[in-house]
Amino acid sequence: MSIANVSLARRAWSIRRHALRMAEVQGQGYIGQALGAADLLAASYFHALNFHADDPDWEGRDRFLLSIGHYAIALYAALIEAGVLPEDEIGTYGMDDSRMPMSGMAAYTPGMEITGGSLGHGLGIAVGVGLALRAKKNPAFVYNMMSDGELGEGSTWEAAMAASHHCLGNLICLVDFNNQQADGHSKDMMSSEPVDQKFEAFGWYAQRVDGNDIKALTKAFDAAKTLKDDRPRVIICDTKMCKGVPFLEEREITHFVRVAPEEWASAIAHLDGEAPA
Amino acid sequence: MTLSRRKSKYEARVATGGPATSAMIASLEAEGYETVAAPFGHALVDIAKSNRKIVGLTADLSKYTDLHVFAEAFPDRFFQMGMAEQSMFSAAAGLAREGFKPFATTYAVFASRRAYDFICMAIAEEALPVKIVCALPGLTTGYGPSHQATEDLAIFRGLPNLTIIDPCDATEIAQATRAIAASPGPVYMRLLRGQVPDVLGPLGYQFQMGKAQFVRRGGDATVVAAGFMTMRALDAAKVLAAEAIEISVLHSPTIKPLDEKTILTAAANANLLVTAENHTIIGGLGEAVAGACMREGVHPRFRQIALPDEFLDAGALPTLHDQYRVSVKAMVEQIRGWLT
Repeated sequence: MSIANVSLARRAWSIRRHALRMAEVQGQGYIGQALGAADLLAASYFHALNFHADDPDWEGRDRFLLSIGHYAIALYAALIEAGVLPEDEIGTYGMDDSRMPMSGMAAYTPGMEITGGSLGHGLGIAVGVGLALRAKKNPAFVYNMMSDGELGEGSTWEAAMAASHHCLGNLICLVDFNNQQADGHSKDMMSSEPVDQKFEAFGWYAQRVDGNDIKALTKAFDAAKTLKDDRPRVIICDTKMCKGVPFLEEREITHFVRVAPEEWASAIAHLDGEAPA
Repeated sequence: MTLSRRKSKYEARVATGGPATSAMIASLEAEGYETVAAPFGHALVDIAKSNRKIVGLTADLSKYTDLHVFAEAFPDRFFQMGMAEQSMFSAAAGLAREGFKPFATTYAVFASRRAYDFICMAIAEEALPVKIVCALPGLTTGYGPSHQATEDLAIFRGLPNLTIIDPCDATEIAQATRAIAASPGPVYMRLLRGQVPDVLGPLGYQFQMGKAQFVRRGGDATVVAAGFMTMRALDAAKVLAAEAIEISVLHSPTIKPLDEKTILTAAANANLLVTAENHTIIGGLGEAVAGACMREGVHPRFRQIALPDEFLDAGALPTLHDQYRVSVKAMVEQIRGWLT
């Protein structure tokens, strides 16, 4: 849903800022992933997706499945920016009884479609949702947001085969390719390249874009949504961990970025100095 | 998830601004104990120096299972299998077929839920010496059900040939690692990682595979415990002793095969028999002990301290341990209540 008068760059900036404020509550968190994926989420929620902020369970909505449960902080930030979650709950992030637990769960959070976190589940669920939407003659799309690490799971490729076999043109898979996993760089864990060619060989319409380039992202979303055949679509988004906060970008990046207590304020101050229109 | 949780997602919350009760608090509350860093990783390195057959595999979790210590010491004997647990356990089986002793690590949820069929057929059915060592057993993380392996013992107890170990502390993890490396069959071992408390070391304890051992004696009740619940039982015993309640603590780290002889003798002599485990009340140590007692005609007054048959909440571990009645305080209250 396109919301007038606020640029996507500003949306991405706000998502980064919400995420930093949440991470500051706990003093730590998956902030590298959230900053890296902010542009992708801005393009998703404020360009591509059809949803009603005041009715997150609206039947006509595009389904957005977050397979990567630990990216919850990023999706909460997007849902806050979209008006689905209230901004004044940022201080509860990760606390007991919060609606925003560390790992995303459907039962806790409006707008969180599935319980992710056991990785490699999202795409298979998206196949089922895609089949169901088609059976219900519901024109909505189902999006599955996953990470490059999840390309290691066999279940991802089982689902990729099923999506193509069942001609699920209503399925759009988003791969956040930040080349970072728990133990190190994804390419050193289990190389998945050439990812786009693998998806193509599985019968998908594949695009690979700079995931921090909002124009490239919106163009890719448009192409995926308007494609005239029934291939499932994948957008592989190369992103930079910690994007938008240079002193964190330059840090030796890990799955779990260590940030000193006083640095949260510096990170937010840096963002505030670069607020887009 | 619980139905109440599904309902409450539409109820606004207020940030209290109080002290952090964060799910990030991942370490066990273990006051008064020294801790040891990465006891599994260091023990495995030590053993591997004299045993060239030992190899390590992980599914993108070496840093989180302390296997990175081994990977740094023996890079040529370490295999990073990526985020692919089924593939990892199949490969471990292949290595074992060719004479190696693979230690394969991941989180307990992923081994028990995701890779079960591969562990069953490729490893257990062929009785291959693959050592499955898994972090985050039971309720040792506040991340919610995706990471909380509350039913891993129930799942794996059903597998023939598989030995199951739930060690208590750093001392026992080091000793048990040596023991399972020497054993000929497949093993599932629960792992405490990072800074791990040392509870049994000062008691002069020595792990023996398949053996339950008393780590405290008292006449009012006998607690059969495994894993970190033995630490909890010892701490609860100190609190109860101040109230003139003396309990025995029988530590039974080998869940399968269970040391029925020792446990049945203890049960027959117990005024009250309590089992304590970091696991759902279904299918773990408690039911194993109860089954042995029933089969052998031993009928003590029996109670279970265990996690409920629910998908547990996310939150901070100390909060969750109180909520689900596996903290020291909750143990004391339960045992005191059963005795009065």
